[in-house]
Amino acid sequence: MNWLLLFPIIFPLSGAFFLYLFRKNTMAVTGISWMVATFGMVASIGLMHRVYSYGPQAASLGNWPAPFGIVFVADLLSAAMVSVTWVIALGIVIYSAAELHSSLSYSRSHLLIQFLLTGVNGAFLTGDLFNLYVWFEVMLIASFGLIALDADATRIHGSIKYVFLNLISTLAFLLAIGLLYGATGMLNLAGLHLKTAYLSPGLIFFLSGLFLFSFSVKSGLFPVFAWLPASYHTLPSSIAALFAALLTKVGIYAMIRVFTLVLPFEGSIWQHILIVMSGLTMLTGVLGAASRFTVKRILSFHIISQVGYIIIGIALYTPLALAGSILYLIHHIIVKANLFLIGGVLNRKFGSDHLSQMGGVYKHFPLLAVLFMIPAFSLAGFPPLSGFWSKFAVIRAGLETGHHVLAATALIVGVLTLYSMLKIWNQAFWERPPENGAAVMPAPMKEMVLYLVPIGTFALMTIFIGLWAEPVFRYADRAAMQLLDPALYVKTVLGGAP
Amino acid sequence: MELLLSLITGILVAAGIYLMLDRHVLRILFGFILLSNGVNMAILTAGRLSKAGLPIVPSGSLTPLGPYANPLSQALILTAIVIGFGVLIFCLSLAYRAARDLKSADADDMNLSEKEE
Repeated sequence: MNWLLLFPIIFPLSGAFFLYLFRKNTMAVTGISWMVATFGMVASIGLMHRVYSYGPQAASLGNWPAPFGIVFVADLLSAAMVSVTWVIALGIVIYSAAELHSSLSYSRSHLLIQFLLTGVNGAFLTGDLFNLYVWFEVMLIASFGLIALDADATRIHGSIKYVFLNLISTLAFLLAIGLLYGATGMLNLAGLHLKTAYLSPGLIFFLSGLFLFSFSVKSGLFPVFAWLPASYHTLPSSIAALFAALLTKVGIYAMIRVFTLVLPFEGSIWQHILIVMSGLTMLTGVLGAASRFTVKRILSFHIISQVGYIIIGIALYTPLALAGSILYLIHHIIVKANLFLIGGVLNRKFGSDHLSQMGGVYKHFPLLAVLFMIPAFSLAGFPPLSGFWSKFAVIRAGLETGHHVLAATALIVGVLTLYSMLKIWNQAFWERPPENGAAVMPAPMKEMVLYLVPIGTFALMTIFIGLWAEPVFRYADRAAMQLLDPALYVKTVLGGAP
Repeated sequence: MELLLSLITGILVAAGIYLMLDRHVLRILFGFILLSNGVNMAILTAGRLSKAGLPIVPSGSLTPLGPYANPLSQALILTAIVIGFGVLIFCLSLAYRAARDLKSADADDMNLSEKEE
């Protein structure tokens, strides 16, 4: 039994239990939350090290041999995702200790954050398709709770869209799992890899479509992203950052896993559809962002356009494209969370999220201006920041495979991204504050430190990935190789059995 | 038997989708119930129907004696039903809260979060 694989799931689950016990004591809640996140981060980085040095790891629960029992598997992709998740989680629990401090449901938010992390880490580590569905549900129900806490009418309306549309996608996912099980008698991902080759092309076509629909809703792809911009901007910044960083990424991760391991879709009609969808996702997302005037709405639409970039890499299905996707995933999680956190500081200072109520941050608070510039330029893809390298890899893969229109779209979307980042920059940082606007509210020093430590750390990570891109890219490249040639994954899970 | 269950699944899914296209939140939720039951039925049918015995292992044996019905698809459905039930209760209370504040249950009126800022 390989316990290292289970720690990222056990820690938040037991953390939630203790958070419930000490729910009356704010200090204890903060302490437990920070401690769990630190432990989780250490364990997941240890796991990543182990996977990098010794290859994929597997653990079968209850010692039921795979493919009969439920297994947890970590290959390079899942180990990296789990590690980034915990780094973000630590930043966000520190930040929310300041932002949510005076909210009514401080301890309940922390409890639900731990449940959300349980679901996210479970989804990244599980090696069983039905188990993946269960972790999806754990994650979804925790996020439903986080949306509904202290909700006003606006947030309730947003959450209705979020909840209903996500439920439909979950049902499609469940149906696809049930039918795949009926056709193969298997739920183990590695076992399915060996069996799906014998399915009829018509069944594969139909099942791939169902999976694609369900994961598209979850990751916010072009025709079915409506729930995302309707709900994310109503959340407090720390929760919005958590959702923006993790929820859509779990959908993308599931898409990568299913379409490389279970139903390889190379050459099928769905691959072409996904290529078109990725282009339209980028474009609609960035145009939506250009037309909005509050920080959180702009950032919510940017999630969609950035998801489009990540999907390009999956749709093209070459080693370089997939490596670019993985690099983009990691970069985007860090940068997007950071931008939402900075938006939260602006919101705190001006008492409003609307750009017309802001101004003069550059003059009065130059440190925040610098901290905003780093992720904003990274999002737009400026060298030498992390966004540049991930965009470079994805676009280059597009040119190599002859998808010139797609590559051109990606470049244009990069420019439009820069436009909407400059919109925030000009209004909030450069211009004078409005005469009739609310006065700038000073925040106590202790609160500011809690805000700025995660923001600064994430900004440093962005710079680090940009300047030392080679080792990170080499990791992503190896992860992509493992995905495209799952023999090692299958052997780790099934123990050499054919 | 498979044919009958497939037909029932089809009817449930069709009725569920029809209800979900309505604007009344309760109808959408009823549609969700029908749709999820349709999906459960599909899983049960896909897991093979049989009149064979219970999958119980008698003491002293390692496998059940004689042919037995597939227990796994039932376990899957049981999980899905429990999750679906919890989620449904959450949705009902969410819809109730929205309708109470708004004095209307029309999903088109629940658009505060998408209004121009």
